[in-house]
Amino acid sequence: MSTKELTCIGCPMGCQLTVDFDDKNNMVKSVTGNNCKIGERYAQKELTNPTRIVTSSIKVDGGDLAMVSVKTESDIPKGKIFEIMKEIHETKAIAPIKIGDVMIENVAGTNVNIVATRNIKNIAAKGIKTA
Amino acid sequence: MKYDIVIIGGGPAGLAAAVSSKENKTDNILIIERSDSLGGILNQCIHNGFGLHTFKEELTGPEYAARYIQQVQELKIPYLLNTMVIDVKFHSITYINKTEGMVTIEAKAIILAMGCRERPRGALNIPGYRPSGIFPAGTAQRLMNIEGHKVGKKVVILGSGDIGLIMARRLTLEGAKVEVVAELMPFSGGLKRNIVQCLDDFNIPLKLSHTVIDIEGKDRVTGIVLAKVGPDRRPIAGTEVHYECDTLLLSVGLLPENELSRKADVEISPITNGPVVDDELQTSTEGIFACGNVLHVHDLVDYVSEEAALAGKEASEYVKRGEIKRNTIKINAENGVRYTVPQRVDPKSMSDLLTVRFRVANVYTGRYICVYFDNTLIKKTKKKVLAPGEMEKVILKKEELAKYPTITSITIKTEEE
Amino acid sequence: MAYDVIIIGGGVTGCAIARSLSKYNLSVVLLEKNEDVCSETSKANSGIVHSGYDPEPGTLMAKLNVKGGAMIEQLSKELDFDYIKNGSMIISFDKNDAPQLKELYDRGVANGVEQMEILSGDEARAIEPNLTDEVQGALLCKTGGIVDPFNLTYALAENAYINGVEFIFNCPVTSINKRNNLYEIKCNDKKTYRTKYVVNAAGVYSDVIHNMVSKKKLHITPKRGNYILFDNEVENFVTHTIFQLPTKLGKGILVTPTAHGNLLIGPTSISQEDKEDTSTNLNDLDTVTNQAARSVKNIPFRKVITSFSGIRAAEDGGDFILGEASDAENFFDAAGIKSPGLSCSPATGEYIADLIVKKAGANKKDDFIATRKATIRTKGMNQAEYTTLIKKDPTYGTIVCRCEQVSEGEIIDAINRPLGAKSLDGIKRRVRAGMGRCQAGFCTARTLEILCKQTGMEMSEVCKNNKGSEVLMGDDE
Repeated sequence: MSTKELTCIGCPMGCQLTVDFDDKNNMVKSVTGNNCKIGERYAQKELTNPTRIVTSSIKVDGGDLAMVSVKTESDIPKGKIFEIMKEIHETKAIAPIKIGDVMIENVAGTNVNIVATRNIKNIAAKGIKTA
Repeated sequence: MKYDIVIIGGGPAGLAAAVSSKENKTDNILIIERSDSLGGILNQCIHNGFGLHTFKEELTGPEYAARYIQQVQELKIPYLLNTMVIDVKFHSITYINKTEGMVTIEAKAIILAMGCRERPRGALNIPGYRPSGIFPAGTAQRLMNIEGHKVGKKVVILGSGDIGLIMARRLTLEGAKVEVVAELMPFSGGLKRNIVQCLDDFNIPLKLSHTVIDIEGKDRVTGIVLAKVGPDRRPIAGTEVHYECDTLLLSVGLLPENELSRKADVEISPITNGPVVDDELQTSTEGIFACGNVLHVHDLVDYVSEEAALAGKEASEYVKRGEIKRNTIKINAENGVRYTVPQRVDPKSMSDLLTVRFRVANVYTGRYICVYFDNTLIKKTKKKVLAPGEMEKVILKKEELAKYPTITSITIKTEEE
Repeated sequence: MAYDVIIIGGGVTGCAIARSLSKYNLSVVLLEKNEDVCSETSKANSGIVHSGYDPEPGTLMAKLNVKGGAMIEQLSKELDFDYIKNGSMIISFDKNDAPQLKELYDRGVANGVEQMEILSGDEARAIEPNLTDEVQGALLCKTGGIVDPFNLTYALAENAYINGVEFIFNCPVTSINKRNNLYEIKCNDKKTYRTKYVVNAAGVYSDVIHNMVSKKKLHITPKRGNYILFDNEVENFVTHTIFQLPTKLGKGILVTPTAHGNLLIGPTSISQEDKEDTSTNLNDLDTVTNQAARSVKNIPFRKVITSFSGIRAAEDGGDFILGEASDAENFFDAAGIKSPGLSCSPATGEYIADLIVKKAGANKKDDFIATRKATIRTKGMNQAEYTTLIKKDPTYGTIVCRCEQVSEGEIIDAINRPLGAKSLDGIKRRVRAGMGRCQAGFCTARTLEILCKQTGMEMSEVCKNNKGSEVLMGDDE
């Protein structure tokens, strides 16, 4: 058994959590310091299976912007972050793009998609002059 | 050309104010934006953390902006892009763009929503050479996120405000090595969540009470020297540590951009660097309102939207009713509270509820936020942690204030146990 | 092939000489070691046009100072750069210094300086309310002025270029030899240029250049001056240039408006051996702050936007070295140019050019173009002017630098005009984009794009100034 101190990142309040953790069985025994259930769930998750949302940007071909901002559609295992970044770097997107469009399916085998978070117009179609 | 309301700035504040004005039945609105798209700084804030309060969802900056841009377009609110306002004198606004040249328009009410800019290296007198490779964090953010450029390989960041922390993660994800984040103060100015997700996650060291005392490299940065600082914030001799790097990012403060406000003779608070406003978010100049980062620097865009919606509503009311005589009293910020926004309120003509936002001067644990009507303690709320980097608020009730008809001032302060 | 004249050094002095020579039928080339003219001392100084009370009467320096000042005023109209005759005040802190003020006054009279007046401390404070109570007296000099040192240099260079002078950049001179009555000047140990006459206007390196041909060695001690610059929001903090009584170290810390509308304080005068050290340090900045606070009160330190340092070339003999080297025929020095080098520059240009022209027996061109127009400045234009301009060229309607209100069209012009900018600093010094309160935080991304589009450079090639100062990293790095 060990006591772990962590900061909840469920929302910007950043409650300081104190967790009794069963290292042998990888189980949370108790959580204190949280203001809501998010903290409890966060401690559970962060110590047994830490995950993150990854945000980045992908190069665009033929768009009114050079890059489209993207995110993992839901959280992914923390350990997979750099593998995901590698796939993102190897991907090129093609305009037009709408918020929510899938840029990479099942990134790094996580069953989570990378989706666009910005609308990009197709400059060829609109006849918009390049910068 | 005469408008009811002209909004200067098409970022989150300007957009929310416009939507609110329109929803309050004012139609003749114009948003003026200097960039080539609406959305303001949100367009380059590709990380998430926006919208938890407003939309009960966690969105990235561009997604949050898109929600408001959609509303503006659905409500058919007119806007000008690539247009820069160069002068504001009540009631006229002069702008320039490449199609119309220079145009002066009139407005019954003006909402200032120009946002803020970053404090540069020079303003801190950081000594050393002046090589390339020194970027304000926001500039680096734009270059990376919008243009897709690489700003550096080995990076040192000065300032642990949110922008610095976010960029520490961004650079790391893009393959750069962030050597250290130095922070002048003994506490970080950013959200806790960002310390965890941007520094701890990547084992990037945070050195509190440290600052940059030398920048090396004549053409491009080759290294920087950090030193510990004492309580007077001056470097302590003998604590110098050298870091080899090619890039220095600066996240050393945001300054509300009030150049236009000054031209309009709006009174500016030396503490917030933004206009002094009353509970209607009206400035010292009749008919000019302010909201968002130009009023005071925010941490959460959700609060910006809330504040801007109020400004939009009040500007709308002003247009409908014209100026009325208000007797405002001062809201004092004392004992650990650095400032409040608004700084003034009229208890007789205020709305039922008034959100007073404030920041504290230091990190406090186990203190109370106290609200006084003159010398009478009205409310005392215990706060486990108070930090300068996290904006707080108290709600004042009109009916509560009505019980004190001879009130001369309100004070918001911290008190220890 | 051999040139008639090679000028080594593209600072304000070298460019002034180039411009004066360009009035004659001579083939002239100017070799500059950096990527642009105005890259060293000329870009990091006080921007003052001294009235001329300071130099010893009867000296060449005194003559050139007074003449140069008048020429700058005239040229500011012909060559279109900012010059303001704001007047100067030399203040004293001790009643016992009255004789020293009188001495300056007398020197001024002897040098031909007009419109001077000695004031009491109170009279001085009546004109400049921000002077401290410590001020006991002042010499008011109405002929003193301030100038934009960058555009003064660019104006001279561009005009020289239009009139036929060649400019070669990234060309540090590594050796000079005499062969067959010609000088052979090698750049970067690679390219060799031949010429009959040489002008040494190499600033901090003018001793190194001189010593390549002459046995009578010169020694330049670089003198570093730190400055602090304030937001132009601080207008009229002082309207005159405020000097402290000069000491052996130099003219002391001054407090002055700049021709761009900023407040400037500085410089220090620190001797060093390193010709390349232009770093600032905390001690120097503290010195500037403390000494300026003697002259003026309420210095608005919250409005500092940047600090920088420049090096002056002080020759050990204490004077300018102007003229033909006694043991190197046809080699002309314009060396050891410290203060009042900027003020003297057009006069120095004429002086050196005349010496060469006489020796060479050159005749005047009849097609010399005497005027030059700077980049249009949209800031401050009225509605009619502005709207007409936009109709002609819409790029002037997009503001890139919001702090200084500089348009895309102005930046494009800065790049495409004769001897145009090739770097961010080159753009900054020509049209001020990046000089304002946000110090290029906002405009950098856009300026980089414009530079690439106009020149065909790759983004990763764009430099702040010289090669090695690239702003971005390449994809493969």
